[in-house]
Amino acid sequence: MFRQVIGAAVVAATLAAPAWAADVKPAVVYGTGGKFDKSFNEAAYGGAEKFKAETGIEYRDFEPTNDTQGEQALRNFASRGFNPVVGVSFAWTSAIDKVAAEFPDTKFYLIDSVVEKPNVRSVVFKEHEGSYLVGVLAGLTSKTGTVGFVGGMDIPLISKFACGYAQGAAAAKDGTKTLRNMIGTTGAAWNDPVRGGELAKTQMDQGADVIYAAAGASGLGVLQAAADAGKLGIGVDSNQNGLHPGAVLTSMIKRVDLAVYNAFMETKNDTFQPGVVALGVAEDGVGWALDDNNAKLVTEEAKAAVEKAKADIIAGTVTVHDFMTDNTCPN
Amino acid sequence: MDLFTAAVLVLDSTVRLTIPLLFAALAGLFSERAGVFDIGLEGKMLAGAFAAGSIAIVTGSPYLALVGAILVSVALSLVHGFASITAKGNQIVSGVAINFVAAGLTVLLGQNWFSQGGRTPQLPNTARFNPIELPGAAAVRDVPVVGYLYAELISGHSILVYLAFLAVPFSWWALYRTRFGLRLRAVGENPGAVDTAGISVEWLRYRAVIVAGIFCGLSGAYLAIAQSAGFIKDMTAGKGYIALAALIFAKWKPVPVMFACLLFGFLDAVAIRLQGTPVPLVGEVPVQIFQALPYILTCILLAGFIGTAIPPKAGGVPYTKER
Repeated sequence: MFRQVIGAAVVAATLAAPAWAADVKPAVVYGTGGKFDKSFNEAAYGGAEKFKAETGIEYRDFEPTNDTQGEQALRNFASRGFNPVVGVSFAWTSAIDKVAAEFPDTKFYLIDSVVEKPNVRSVVFKEHEGSYLVGVLAGLTSKTGTVGFVGGMDIPLISKFACGYAQGAAAAKDGTKTLRNMIGTTGAAWNDPVRGGELAKTQMDQGADVIYAAAGASGLGVLQAAADAGKLGIGVDSNQNGLHPGAVLTSMIKRVDLAVYNAFMETKNDTFQPGVVALGVAEDGVGWALDDNNAKLVTEEAKAAVEKAKADIIAGTVTVHDFMTDNTCPN
Repeated sequence: MDLFTAAVLVLDSTVRLTIPLLFAALAGLFSERAGVFDIGLEGKMLAGAFAAGSIAIVTGSPYLALVGAILVSVALSLVHGFASITAKGNQIVSGVAINFVAAGLTVLLGQNWFSQGGRTPQLPNTARFNPIELPGAAAVRDVPVVGYLYAELISGHSILVYLAFLAVPFSWWALYRTRFGLRLRAVGENPGAVDTAGISVEWLRYRAVIVAGIFCGLSGAYLAIAQSAGFIKDMTAGKGYIALAALIFAKWKPVPVMFACLLFGFLDAVAIRLQGTPVPLVGEVPVQIFQALPYILTCILLAGFIGTAIPPKAGGVPYTKER
């Protein structure tokens, strides 16, 4: 044991890092959508795996199956000495608020929501900016002048996606109409692809030919319905272009993987800072996905327009209204 | 879009949403008319859906998947049957247990086999039941009203949809026009009399729960490989309970069961359609009202405002020959 400690100290010293920084023992608590939701949580998993591959440091993770398990899991990890503990969902806001107070020496990261504590770093995304970009692409690609949005749970965060998207679509082509629907008001809304598909069909009946799904696993039903009908879907969080090659216009990428990876790295390098960080287009925290699967769907002009919108947002000449600041949407 | 088109599209959506309820309610009908309460419809649907999703992705055949879904669901039915008929256990407890087992086991096995968070992989269209165009649908589409109705509402559903609606008259015929049906109904009302006539109460009830298993399997398969493209955890989302509500609402009769399911499916379709669209005079209606309506209607019915719902007399009571 003693020898191992010495060994670890030597290794740490040769890395020119503080000796105790080597004992990073990261843990992740996913959202209830499940680790492999091909979307939000899977991105978090990707970030953790990247860290493991680069550093060789193992991490532990937990997939809560309901909203009450999150707090238990967070407390369990903290009490067993894991550091940092990353909560990947707005649903763990109050849980982290509580648990962080109980374990002041543990570093907590909360993704998608904000907790103000000296040992908590909150990472939020400017989803409205990313949604704006895919909105621009949707508006330019739509032939009917009507685009659709299907959200998961009816919460301000998801309205933020919808609002940014609608602004982008309207900016791309004057008078583009955005149909907006939410799947439900409870956590079950993230796992109801049937309802997602039905809402998508309803929107297509009303003329929508590009539909953006921000609904966790329910979004799979939306993309499926769009692909079945020969229309286009837009994925969210992870790159979902490959789910239905040629029928997914693009994906609004939210770099949850980056957030998790950074959380682990910052703790490892002892550069943890409490407070809130908002990752937007400028920080590459959100963006749009272009790969072989959708290259044929995106025209050169559309691509140029989206890139211009991106540059405008970074330069500050275009400001995308954030729904959560005042709970209203201009479009 | 004019009102007529909108109405047809809502009805079309109604049909799609009704099918899982209809199969499940028919399952409950057979089981409960034989005197075996079946709160486990939800669990059997879920297990069936999971079986269908996983077999479809492995074999690529929707038909094998359907058979598998039925077998799994019947197996669970037999567990329920053993607990409540042979072992004379509490039928509600057994049903609830099946729901829990199905909810947990599907996710566990799914995670173990496919490592996608309890989901089965997305199915290609060849492994699903796809909509079938009825003959002449394309030709008559432009005929006003009737042609459009035929092409949009009657045609263009998967084979399971047609099967579900055929199952209704079949159930009526089986329950009211066959010897098996007569005995099955009798065993739910007065098993003593059936026993006195020299007919095995247990065997009859077993056959009833097997039929229930078959219908639940069909319902689950529809959810996983016709309506969606794969199994997703908890994808039944309470449909088994709504089906039970429909069964009570229809007073345990086959044809009213169909109408109750259509009503509940219609409410769901309207909830989806009206979401975020203002209704003339009323303004925007919260969707929760429509989502709650099936339960509210059933409560009103049970409270005795719309006639009375009298369950089969021997329902929930295990049959004991001699005391």
